[in-house]
Amino acid sequence: MATMNLLQAVNSALDNAMAANDRVLCLGEDVGTFGGVFRATSHLQEKYGRERCFNTPLTEQGIAGFAVGLAAQGSVPVAEIQFADYIFPAFDQIVNEAAKFRYRSGNQFNVAGLTFRSPYGGGIAGGLYHSQSPEAYFCHTPGLKVVVPSTPYQAKGLLLAAIEDPNPVLFFEPKRLYRAAVGEVPETAYTLPLGKAEVLQAGSDITLLAWGAQTEVTQKAAELAAGEGISCEVIDLRTLLPWDLESVVASVCKTGRLLVSHEAPRTGGFAGEIATAIQEACFLSLEAPISRVTGLDTPFPLAHEKEYLPDHLKIYEAIKASMDY
Amino acid sequence: MKRTRNSVYQPVFIAGGDLPIPTLEILQADGHLYKGAEAPVLDKEMALKIYRAMVFTRILDERMVAAQRQGRLSFYLTCAGEEAAVVGTAAAFSNDDMLMGQYREQAALRFRGFSAKQFMDQLLSNCNDLGKGRQMPVHYGSRELNFMTISSPLATQIPQAAGYAYGQKLQGNKTCTLCYYGEGAASEGDFHAGMNMAAVLKCPVVFVCRNNGYAISTPTAEQFAGDGIASRGIGYGIRTIRVDGNDLLAVYAASVEARRLALEHSEPVLIEAMSYRLGAHSTSDDPSGYRSREEEDKWRQLDPIERLKKWLIRQQWWGEVEEKALLEEYRAEVLAELKAEEQLPAPALGQLIEDVYDQPPWHLQRQYDALVQHLRKYPEQYPATKGSY
Repeated sequence: MATMNLLQAVNSALDNAMAANDRVLCLGEDVGTFGGVFRATSHLQEKYGRERCFNTPLTEQGIAGFAVGLAAQGSVPVAEIQFADYIFPAFDQIVNEAAKFRYRSGNQFNVAGLTFRSPYGGGIAGGLYHSQSPEAYFCHTPGLKVVVPSTPYQAKGLLLAAIEDPNPVLFFEPKRLYRAAVGEVPETAYTLPLGKAEVLQAGSDITLLAWGAQTEVTQKAAELAAGEGISCEVIDLRTLLPWDLESVVASVCKTGRLLVSHEAPRTGGFAGEIATAIQEACFLSLEAPISRVTGLDTPFPLAHEKEYLPDHLKIYEAIKASMDY
Repeated sequence: MKRTRNSVYQPVFIAGGDLPIPTLEILQADGHLYKGAEAPVLDKEMALKIYRAMVFTRILDERMVAAQRQGRLSFYLTCAGEEAAVVGTAAAFSNDDMLMGQYREQAALRFRGFSAKQFMDQLLSNCNDLGKGRQMPVHYGSRELNFMTISSPLATQIPQAAGYAYGQKLQGNKTCTLCYYGEGAASEGDFHAGMNMAAVLKCPVVFVCRNNGYAISTPTAEQFAGDGIASRGIGYGIRTIRVDGNDLLAVYAASVEARRLALEHSEPVLIEAMSYRLGAHSTSDDPSGYRSREEEDKWRQLDPIERLKKWLIRQQWWGEVEEKALLEEYRAEVLAELKAEEQLPAPALGQLIEDVYDQPPWHLQRQYDALVQHLRKYPEQYPATKGSY
């Protein structure tokens, strides 16, 4: 075990993966000598050579298409999109190409080894174009897996699982926690299962569901609520597509209440999908409407970032409103 | 590419047409070589294999357009007029090289050995379709023949081909990728991204631009202002050649050399094949709305199949007796396979949820179970499955 921040955990996962399999490649803007603008690929080019860890020209659609081709060929590319806000030029390659590769060929071809890593989320004074949480767009695409870790331990275990998974995976890293989240992480390789949620805190009154950076905020709200004698069960979803319905249903059937929180705007956000599925499965167990605490339906702001974000106080108020319904 | 400094002391602009890009031409329309031109090394066996693939494709195209008109196919799209550009390039490559097409390259697939039956299975979306009935007609793919499954979005295959070729280079197995697209697709962002990445990352990929004059109805004059697509290859630092795409010998000669360069130097090469789409864009299109009969007739005089045939006859490798027999054989084969394969049922319903992922996840299985329950209730309303699940 070593103490690592989330960025070091990502770097350690990539290091382990490249050491174990020489088909694993890291590519993206500035990932080579420089080691990435956040340093997630630090020293990988030194260790594994310029052919296996390399800079690409500045073209997200090119990076995505190139990575799709590599994966189709049998390589195991881990492509970095420098900010999730810049993934949209690559949308066609991800949604129309990577996601449909196996299906459209009748399983003659696939992009099994493909992983996209991208830092997402706000709280870093990044304004419109360095703060977005675009996960819901991709959760609407059959053929993709969408993973969001919340701790260094998760980041390494889930990233190694994403690299091993025989399907294209989008791995969104909470950049606000890159250096802020620190924890014990094994230096050797290990995986955490995709599609499995983690119950972070057992409770009996209300289920709080979040992922990525929002998990920490939700835990903080749970602490405030505990001061009022409210027992919260906190679940970290970890994988959004396919998501762990079973664990959430078991929890909500027990607590009778659900609150879902994400940074992304509310309308069309993934909380909407979760709320629908849970009311279908737990209708008779629900004591209150399912609550959403999310970003506003605006572009991500700068001066009013703190007001915009679904912080622990907003969640705390929503918990109380749900309890008092 | 090394850039040398070439200072001037007055503003000098370079116009788009200032770069003289020659066109390689070897075989004239009458079957004679141009003066000073030299035919590439091409033995009788290979020449006839190429010719047969071109003829087969022309017949397949004619028959399938007719079948679509009869309502037996939902859609079709011909290669007519571009057979030399397609087969002439494909023939210069090994079957171990990956081929990534746009969608008008069925002649290359035929050259690699796709059978009439396999074409029909795909076109009819039946239970033997390698693509499991999931894509519209002409979206062929064959793992066995290293022919990447066609995808409708244009130019997406270009950065993919660069990546595929990079993987081949790292594996060191002396193979490369052959990637086709049209001059219209070259306006897509993926073209620029892919060409640039292939050049910068030194990927052994040969790009073939089929410049056939039209993107559906849009003529090249409304597609780009520069000197075709070749000028762009040079701009990206890619070795580039323009050829008469209706001249099989020129296309083949350029392609043999292009593959050699790609593999020896581990870098991309661009071939711009100047040709003409003799048919409509697809069976959903009617070219009479945007181009003249005279223009089409002019190009019909330059038919690549007719031109190659004349050369083969001059080589004494071919004659009218063989020609007649070949046409009859292919026409009969295509019609017989169409009749046989259209009797086959659609793929099993279970395949609807297969291959979205390597294994169907829980939510997809649940949706499928609900669907089957519904179909059981109304079997007559869903003719593709007709009550069999």
